[in-house]
Amino acid sequence: MANTISNSNTPPAQLVEVAAIASRYKGQQDQLMRVLLECQKVVNTFSEDVAAIIAREMGLSQTHVYGFITFYAMLSTKPRGKYIIRMCKSAPCHVRGAREVVKAMEDFLHIKMGETTEDNRFTLEYCECLGICDISPAIMINDKTYGNLTPESARELLKLYIREEGK
Amino acid sequence: MEEMRILLRNVGHINPTSVKEYMAAGGYQALKKTIAMKPEEILAEVKAAGLRGRGGAGFPTALKWQFVLSEDSPEKYIVCNADEGEPGTNKDRILLSGDPHSIFEGMAIAGKAVGSNKGFIYLRAEYPYLFPILEEALTEARAAGCLGHGIMDTDFDFDIEIRSGAGAYVCGEETALLESIEGKRGEPRFRPPYPGVKGLFGKPTVINNVETFANVGVIMDKGADWYRSIGTENSPGTKLFTLCGNVVNRGVYEFPMGANLKDIIFDIGGGIPDGKNLLAVQTGGSSGAIINADQIDMPLDIDHVSASGGKLGCGTILVIDDTNCIVDIVKNNLSFFEHECCGQCTPCREGGTRLLELVQRFIDGTAKLSDFDTIMDLSETMSLASLCGLGQSTPTPVVTSINNFRDAYNKHLDGDYCPVCSKERGRD
Repeated sequence: MANTISNSNTPPAQLVEVAAIASRYKGQQDQLMRVLLECQKVVNTFSEDVAAIIAREMGLSQTHVYGFITFYAMLSTKPRGKYIIRMCKSAPCHVRGAREVVKAMEDFLHIKMGETTEDNRFTLEYCECLGICDISPAIMINDKTYGNLTPESARELLKLYIREEGK
Repeated sequence: MEEMRILLRNVGHINPTSVKEYMAAGGYQALKKTIAMKPEEILAEVKAAGLRGRGGAGFPTALKWQFVLSEDSPEKYIVCNADEGEPGTNKDRILLSGDPHSIFEGMAIAGKAVGSNKGFIYLRAEYPYLFPILEEALTEARAAGCLGHGIMDTDFDFDIEIRSGAGAYVCGEETALLESIEGKRGEPRFRPPYPGVKGLFGKPTVINNVETFANVGVIMDKGADWYRSIGTENSPGTKLFTLCGNVVNRGVYEFPMGANLKDIIFDIGGGIPDGKNLLAVQTGGSSGAIINADQIDMPLDIDHVSASGGKLGCGTILVIDDTNCIVDIVKNNLSFFEHECCGQCTPCREGGTRLLELVQRFIDGTAKLSDFDTIMDLSETMSLASLCGLGQSTPTPVVTSINNFRDAYNKHLDGDYCPVCSKERGRD
C-alpha cells in the first residue's frame, strides 16, 4: 500500500469541486469514504492540498484523512493514468498463467507493475482477488472486468484501448 | 451428484432488481410472517435450524442475534458483510447480483428479531458493477413497502444503506469492517466487547455474511425441521462453493453441507483440464489448508474441514494442477497476506513478513533444515497471538503444505530442479 502523500499543485478549479463535495458532509466522519470516492473522480490523486481541504470542510483532522487515504489500496496518493489496469494477484489467477499475462502487459506498455505510462494513459497495478475466478486470469480496467486472458488476448485488449483514442 | 439450489433458486431465473418477480417467486413472504412474530420466536426458529455463519468462522447465528436482542439499546444495527475478499471466492457476488432481495429480506428479519431498524451493506470496491443493481433493488423494495417506514402496513420500520470499501482485505474482518463504515482505517478492534454488545457506532450490532442472510428467509419460510433435513447434524443446510483454479467447470455451485470434495472436483468440476493431474487443493481461500491429491475424499462441512487443519470458511475450492509448485503457491498466499496485513499488531505484521522470507529461502534454494522449525515456531506464535483472523490464519497454508507436501519442500532444500522456482531463481 502507498504510504506517503505528496505536496502537489492541484488545479484550483478541482480544489473548489473537492471542497463542495466535502462540505456536504461536514461533521459526518462516517461519510469520509463516500467523499473520497467521489473526489477521486475529480482529482487524479490525493495530494496534500486535496486532503487538507477535505479535512477542513468535513471538520476532521488532516492526520485522520491522511491516515484513512493511505490505508486503502484503491485510494491513491500517486498520480495514475486514465486507465488503471488492476491485475489480480491471487492464487486462482496465479495457477492459470497470470504471471505470463503480467509479463505481456509490462512488455507491451514498456512499464513495470506499479508504474504509469509516460503519456499518462495506463497504470499497471496488482490488486487482491477480483472475485471473478470463473474467468481467471482476470483484470479490471477502471470499472470493467476482463477474463480468461492469455498473453495474446491481453495485448489485443490493450490495443483496443489505444485504438479508441489513437496513438 | 447434483446441485441443490435453495439459495440460488432465483439466480438466473428472475430479474434481480425486480421486487415483483421476487415476490412472484415467493419472496418477502418470510418477512411478512416474521413481522407478526415475537423476537424470541424468530430466534427459536433460527436456533432450531442450527444455522451457522457462512463467512468463515461458522459461529451459531442465533447466538449472535441473542446477544444483540439481550442488549437494552434504542439503536441497534444489522450489518451485512459483503466485503468478499478471500481469494477465490465469488459466491456473495452471485447472490448479490442474482437475488439481492433475498439478502434484504434476511437482514430485515434479523432487524425484527433483535429490534433494529437500520441495516448496512458493506460492499467491496472490486465489485463496482453491483452498486447500481443493489441501489435499484433497494428502491423497488421501498416502493413495494417491503423496506422503509411501516413495512407491509405494520409498525415495523427497517431500511438499508450501502457503504463502499476501497480495496482492503482486512475489512472483511468484522470489527475492521465496522471501523471502516465509521470512516476510519480498517483496523480490527480488541475484543471483548464483541459487536453484539458494542458494534457499529458503539451500538449493539448483528454482523453476518451475505450467504448467512440468504439462509434466514429460507428458514423462516420453510421451517427449522425442513432445513435440518438438509446437510449434516452439525452443519445443517446447503453451502455455496466457489470452484476455481485448474478445473474444467469453474463457478459457484450449491450443495448440501457434507458434500464430498472429490465428487465436486471430478463430477461437477469435470476434473483437471488439458490432460494434467491434480497436485493439491486449497479449501477456504488463501487462509485455508492445502491438502494433497490423496486427501480429497472428504465431506465438506464446517467440522470435518476444521479437523483437516483448515477451514471450510467461505467454501472456496482452489484446484491446483501438477504444472504448479506448492512452495510457489504458498509464497503467493504469503505475499497476499503481507500486503493485506493492516500492520497494527506485531505477530501478524512481523510474523507475516518473516514467514514470507523463510519460504522465499526454499524458492531460492538457500533454505536449511532448521528453517522448518523456525517456520513452525513462528506459525504457532502468529496463530496464538495475532489480534484477528488474518494473522491467526496466515500460517495455515504454510503449516498444512509442509505437513502434506514435505517432499516438495525437501527437494527445494536440496536445490533440485523445480519447473516453477528454478525459472524464478534465474529471472529475479
